[in-house]
This record gives sequence, C-alpha cells and structure tokens, in this order.
Amino acid sequence: MEREHIIKQYDAELNEIRTLLLQMGGKVEVMISNSIKALVDRDSDLADRTIASDHEVNHLEVLTDEKCLEVLARRQPAGRDLRFLTLALKIVTDLERIGDQCVSISNRVKELNEEPALKPYIDLPRLAEAARAMVRESLDAFVRGDEHLAAAVCENDQFVDDLNMQIQRELLTFMMEDPSTISRALKLNYISKYLERIADHSTNVAEMVIFMVKGKDIRHTSMS
Amino acid sequence: MELRTIRAIPDPVLEITNLNLYYGTSRALKDITLSIPRKQVTAFIGPSGCGKSTLLRCFNRMNDLLDNVRIEGSITLDGEEITIPALDVISLRRRVGMVFQQSNPFPKSIYENIVYGLRIAGVKDKATLDETVEKSLRGAAIWDEVKDRLHESALGLSGGQAQRICIARAIAVNPEIILMDEPCSALDPIATAKIEELINELKEQYTVVIVTHNMQQAARVSDFTAFLYLGELIEFDDTKKIFTNPDNRHTEDYITGRFG
Repeated sequence: MEREHIIKQYDAELNEIRTLLLQMGGKVEVMISNSIKALVDRDSDLADRTIASDHEVNHLEVLTDEKCLEVLARRQPAGRDLRFLTLALKIVTDLERIGDQCVSISNRVKELNEEPALKPYIDLPRLAEAARAMVRESLDAFVRGDEHLAAAVCENDQFVDDLNMQIQRELLTFMMEDPSTISRALKLNYISKYLERIADHSTNVAEMVIFMVKGKDIRHTSMS
Repeated sequence: MELRTIRAIPDPVLEITNLNLYYGTSRALKDITLSIPRKQVTAFIGPSGCGKSTLLRCFNRMNDLLDNVRIEGSITLDGEEITIPALDVISLRRRVGMVFQQSNPFPKSIYENIVYGLRIAGVKDKATLDETVEKSLRGAAIWDEVKDRLHESALGLSGGQAQRICIARAIAVNPEIILMDEPCSALDPIATAKIEELINELKEQYTVVIVTHNMQQAARVSDFTAFLYLGELIEFDDTKKIFTNPDNRHTEDYITGRFG
C-alpha cells in the first residue's frame, strides 16, 4: 500500500488524474469494440456513433492535460509523483491517438458496408479483441503500478504483430486471385494496420509504466 | 534502516569517515561516511533533528562552542585531519566560511564588515583592503547596490542584502568552502532567487555545502544531495537522481511529501 501524502488534497488530485485516464481508457475500449462490431454486423449507424464519440475522448484529453499542469505548477512534484504526472501527460496522447485510429476504422467500415462483404470476418475481431485487452491491461498496470502486467502487455504485442501479418498475407491472396476485390481488401488491410497501431500505443503505455515503477527506461531497447 | 548509497567522488575536498557525534549520551550522528565534491554545491536535506546542521557544523568545528559534544571518526580537509583538538580552529574557519539563517552583519559599516577578517589577520594596506571589498562585494552580487554607501552602517540593509553582505564577508578571506545553514529561510522569494543565483556563481571558485528545509531549493541549487534521517545518512547521490528516482524508499517518501 502506497503511503499517503501529508497534504491529503495532493492525493485527491492525483486520484482525479488516475480516474480521468481510466475514463478515457474505458471510452477508447468501447470505440475499438464498436468499430469492429460495426464491420461484422454491417452496422453503419454504429460506425457513425463511434466516430461521434471521439470528441468525448478529446475532451478528456484536454481535461487531463489541464489537471496535470495544475498539479505540476502547484505541488512541484518530485520522485514517483513526478514520474506519474509526466507519464500521465504522455499516456493521454497515446489514448487520444487510439481514439483517432478507431475513427479511421469506422470510416473504412462505412465504406465497406456500401459493398458486399468480401469474406466472413474471423481474424479481425480476434485482432481487435487482443488490441482492446492490451489497452485495458496497460492502463490497469498504470493505475496499479504493476510492472509485471506491463511487461506482459509488451510481450502480447508480438502476437498482434504476427496476426496482422497473417491477415495481410491472406488479403493479398484475395487480391491476386480476383482484382475486383482489391478495393475492399485494401480497406480491410488498413483496418488491420490501425488495430496493430492501437496495440503499439498500448505497448508505449506499458513501457512507460515500467519506467514509472522501476525508474528504468526500457524504450528503444530490445526486450530480452 | 536500509543501506545508504555511497558514490565514488573524484577529488573530494572533504572526506568524512565513520563519523559519530554525541551530545552528552545522545548520538546525533551515526557512522556518517561521505565525500564532499570540490567546487560543487552539496545540499543536506532531512526533517528537523536529523543531524544535517550538526554535520555541517563539524566542518568548521562550530560544535566546539557547545559543551558535552564528543566526536568519533574522521573528517579530512584536503587530506588533513580536522577533528584533532590541537588543530588551529581559527585558520580552519578561514578556510571554511559560514553563512547563517539570520543574516548577522556586524554593527559597523559595509566596508568594515567585509575587511573584518583581513584586519584580524593583520592586513593594513588600504589598496589591498579596497580591492578585497570590491572583489568580495562583486562576488556576492551586491556591489552595484552598495558601492555608493560603503561607509554606511550594514544594519540599514534589507534582509536579502544583509545576507549577501555576509556571503561577501565570508569570501573576503578567500576560503575553500562556504557552509550555508538555511541561508534563505528568512528571505522573500526574490531575495531567495538572488542568493540561489549567487550560489550557482560561487561554485566556480568555492565548494558550497548548504543545509535547507526547502526541498525545492535543494533541487534547484545543488549538484549533489544527501538525505539524512535520525542521524544517519540514508542516501547521497546526484541531485537529479535524488529528486526524480532515488534508490531509497525513505528518501522518496521524504522528497514527495509523504513522510509521516
């Protein structure tokens, strides 16, 4: 159990930032699930609603940034509080980008829903679920300060990369067999790539969590 | 208590080894081993009663003024033991100057405050004295403010100016080390900023050791920070490390404001 600050209000402020980030994480998780559900169910209304919900994520990003700046200015944090706050400022950017990726997925879904389905979607929902789980786990690792969970997220990124490659190869065979599928296959290709980027953002968050907890920067080093 | 960090300091000016200090039967410093780097600013931080001022006062034997103080262990200044009773304390204090929490200008003119140490040392040559006054006041970043009233009483100065006069007086005798015990705690933020700027300039020529209750001040002005608690040295490291990612849990709880 982490010790409390002598100034209780300081703890309350840090908790408020934690809560804002979790809310943001919750919203982008729903966006990931819904953008892929809109593809599988051919539900363009759901895609529209997903696109519309991005402004809530953007709003939370602004609120979180403001709160972090306020605490930095008023409390002059040091040590793990300083690492927490600088990390929170970076995490909001990753979460906001994840929201943007979901908007891109939803736009491609709307275009795809104008045409007949190319194939049954099996692997893309799997990929989306894996990316969504990484978002959740990286944020759980952040709020709990759990370096082991964060390390597990970093390892899961390989699974997502492999699945993305597999999907791309499969779509390539469709395009080679029948050039009339190229337009749809390319859009599905994009969606796979967007999901892979979402997993990368979660990996960024997880790497930063390891820095926050252990004070050791593992970015841009190969995981042994 | 957990193990303290001990860094290898190249060319230390002061080396403290297994230092214990007793006030009567109570042990105020416990087995302190620490090297103070030359021409750097070292800050001592820790809660009240942790021994930081006591440790600072060992470096120029100010504790000699108190009864019942007993010291074990070793402190060397440039390799020379300074804890031995036979040491010439006056010449030690010329080499290790001190600035206190309350500025304490003598009830004399600004000029006489600065040359006080030189006069005691027998310097009479007016040109030398004049030169020292200007050099010291410039060194303490207060020359421009007082150059037209050098012969007015130093008691008429503001707190921040008086503190810089005391720093000028300390550097007038050309010491190696300047000890500062809470030098800004009686000053407003602007006067504090001027002293902090001055500390940064002083380290080009002098070693500065500062005791401060203000952790942000330690973070701002020092190159190295020692955290003391209950008479023990808990952690000593680069200031950057102490304030972003200290090794010791006690240190981190203290610098983040969690110390109960």
